Amino acid sequence: MSSLIQFISRLIPLELIHILIGLVAILAFIGVNGLVLVYVERKVAGFIQRRPGPFEVGPWGILQTLADAVKLMGKQLFSPSGGDRLLFWLAPMLAFAPLPLLFMTIPVGKNLVAFDANLGLILILAFSGLNVLALCFAGWGSYNKWSLLGAIRSVSQAVAYEIPMLLAVLAVTLTTGTLQLSAIVDAQGVWPWQWHFLTQPAGFIIYLICAFAETNRAPFDLPEAESELTAGFHTEYSGMGFGLFFLAEYSSMVVVSSVCTVLFLGGWKGPGPEILGFVWFFAKVYGLVLLMMWVRWTFPRVRFDQLLNISWRWLIPLSLFNLLYVAAVVKI
Amino acid sequence: MTTETLCGDFYTHCFQAEQDKEHEGRLIINMGPQHPSTHGVLRVIVEMEGEYISRAEPVIGYLHRMHEKMGEIKTYHQYMPNMGRVDYLHALAWNWAYIGAVEKLCQIEVPRRAEFIRVITCEMNRICSHLVWWGAYLLDLGAFTPIMYSFDDREQAVDLLQMITGSRLTYCYYRFGGVRTDINDAFIAGTRDFCKLMKSRLPMYKDLVTDNYILRKRCEEIGVLPLEMARRYGATGPVLRGSGQKYDVRRAEPYSVYPELDFEIPAFPEGDAMARYRVRVAEMEQSVRIIEQSLNMLPQGDFMAPKSPKRIKPPKGDVYFAVEGARGKIGVYIISDGSSTPYRLKLRSPSYSNLSLFAELAKGTLLADAVSILGSLDLVIPEIDR
Amino acid sequence: MNLLGEIREAIKGFYSLAVGMGVTGKYFFRPEVTVHYPRKTVDNVSTYSGHVELQPGKKNPDGADCIVCGTCVRNCPSGCLTLEVLELMEENPDLEKKPKKIKKLKALIYDYSYCSLCGQCIENCPVTALGFSQHVYWAEFDRKAIKMDLVARLKDQLNAKKEAM
Repeated sequence: MSSLIQFISRLIPLELIHILIGLVAILAFIGVNGLVLVYVERKVAGFIQRRPGPFEVGPWGILQTLADAVKLMGKQLFSPSGGDRLLFWLAPMLAFAPLPLLFMTIPVGKNLVAFDANLGLILILAFSGLNVLALCFAGWGSYNKWSLLGAIRSVSQAVAYEIPMLLAVLAVTLTTGTLQLSAIVDAQGVWPWQWHFLTQPAGFIIYLICAFAETNRAPFDLPEAESELTAGFHTEYSGMGFGLFFLAEYSSMVVVSSVCTVLFLGGWKGPGPEILGFVWFFAKVYGLVLLMMWVRWTFPRVRFDQLLNISWRWLIPLSLFNLLYVAAVVKI
Repeated sequence: MTTETLCGDFYTHCFQAEQDKEHEGRLIINMGPQHPSTHGVLRVIVEMEGEYISRAEPVIGYLHRMHEKMGEIKTYHQYMPNMGRVDYLHALAWNWAYIGAVEKLCQIEVPRRAEFIRVITCEMNRICSHLVWWGAYLLDLGAFTPIMYSFDDREQAVDLLQMITGSRLTYCYYRFGGVRTDINDAFIAGTRDFCKLMKSRLPMYKDLVTDNYILRKRCEEIGVLPLEMARRYGATGPVLRGSGQKYDVRRAEPYSVYPELDFEIPAFPEGDAMARYRVRVAEMEQSVRIIEQSLNMLPQGDFMAPKSPKRIKPPKGDVYFAVEGARGKIGVYIISDGSSTPYRLKLRSPSYSNLSLFAELAKGTLLADAVSILGSLDLVIPEIDR
Repeated sequence: MNLLGEIREAIKGFYSLAVGMGVTGKYFFRPEVTVHYPRKTVDNVSTYSGHVELQPGKKNPDGADCIVCGTCVRNCPSGCLTLEVLELMEENPDLEKKPKKIKKLKALIYDYSYCSLCGQCIENCPVTALGFSQHVYWAEFDRKAIKMDLVARLKDQLNAKKEAM
């Protein structure tokens, strides 16, 4: 057995095999996660609104999203006449493509990480920015004025919210002194009072608000505000074009929640054996995702200028102060 | 002309942006008739400069059903089901306006019990209408859950109304000289329970929505309607009362037993969307009050005038009768030439006047604010087109 | 506005948001209020007035009391009722006089797609032969299929009742 491994490792470097296995696992996870989260979202919405949610297909309706996915795949793909076909079809792919990369660097448990890059945080922040480009392409390629307005909104929203998010993240890295996600987890202890959200509560809240805006979730879902822009950037998409955007939205929800968990909630750490770290990790991540759903089904949508005001007038100064405060604490 | 310049219909041609330097980069967008926040088939053509609206023009007529013309070919009895379909949310007020006009024309006496039944059912219907508006307005602002809660409450009221009228939405309940069926004890007990339920639900609405910071920011100082402008356009109902004028047909031109009932006319002087919102929520409270009082004062007796005519053949003349609907003053004007059909029947619908405010209110606002303003006017499109 | 005031307002705003979250959080655990239609139906269908139907007569238990006067047809605002009359000549026992003409109801065609359920036909019927049914879940794929003969419907109902007895 060991000689076989040695033989293979001579052909292909072990690191590459590690990454490949991780990639396959992540792709499987993204698909399943999308199905599960859509189901959970509809159930949560149903329970909050005092109705059962989906429960017709399969026991408790768990196969509903699978049926929907099959329907989306079976639909004819349209591209609007007069639109830019290249950009139109590039957009959903571009929205989806960076997602596996984002999951790669996230430590799910001890040593349970596909690619432990020493600049993991930068990688995530950089590639999550690609999402905006996808929305922009979708809005432009659709040849629809509502889509265009949605694209414009998404770009200025992303620009406004990248800054406080980066500053909040920066404050964490200032205390840990590293951009490697596994090292940031290691800097936090097992018990909740050893996690960063207590030492940096402002940073935690700022990051959460920015996470809502970055993933275009209500109350900051302005690029797709359906009562204003019909459906925003994905007005013209049908079938799997729309499906990919949907999958990307739910996966990016998990990504921002994972990053939040890693930075502020102690990652996979928790009381109990280390081997069960991934349970803690997923519990925290899905807890945050549930919070995002809860918020979505409670609040009205904010207006666009208010959204930008929140960022420029509140979050950026606050995150700067937060950075100063953390720097002072670290120095002393 | 090339085919490119010919795209769009008559209205978009009239609405072309001027092709000079100043107007460069302006978008002309059709908001509707399939836009989700126009509640049906209203179409608004807007000229936008970025997110700001520089011009807006409502286009109506997509739901025109010739209700007024139908009145000229149908007998007085046959026209009754039409009234439930003019404004489907407050159908009983329209019922009442038409029935009241014909009763005034023919001088039919209505028994006291019937008047109280009319007040109870009409106010209940007003609560239903405001609840639907409440949910739909929040849907416009992006909150999904409130409409489910309000429909839950509305369901109780609709069930009660179904118990006596037999229908759930397009009622045809009032008759010349009374109402179709008498109310029973189950209805009275159910209505008392409903009043209690509404009183316990209104604080929840306040916690969930009225006090919500995001909602307040979306409504306060949005679409400020000065009183002078509201008068100029003939706005009535909560829109006018949101601008501070305490004008309510139930008090200004009292009809039925309203003078005997004790209720307030809520009015807020701010004139913004929030004031209109508050007026409607306060009206729900007042309607609950009216229903409770009328239940206590409900006399025994006939629910239908004993000598109500089977065939209506009014004398020559004309008559105007107005009632207070959920959206404002509902007026019916009938000219009779002595035959069994009206010579002319004119319906004054409040939404029509309220909609005409929109073009002026929306100028210079953000698109999201325009949606908020449109929602706060509480338009029912079939009523506009009639 | 000064900075302190703004901060106070922001905190108040956050508090109001938390109250809203509390309301939805509370309702999350409340039982649902909906009725799942094809499996269950609402319990107040009996108070709803469905389409118009002929009712079993008091004088004539095997059919309707209808006297074929046509009041319902004349009073209908949307013209959804059509009477089909069977004219019979009854032999008069008194042979000197002319045979009597009697009218019998053959069919009452009712087009539900036009009906607005106003109840004018029911109220104006001199013998109260018409009434609202409780058959409210009626849907068809074809426009023509939503027309029916009320006499045949009444006969079917009575037959079904007899069989049940």
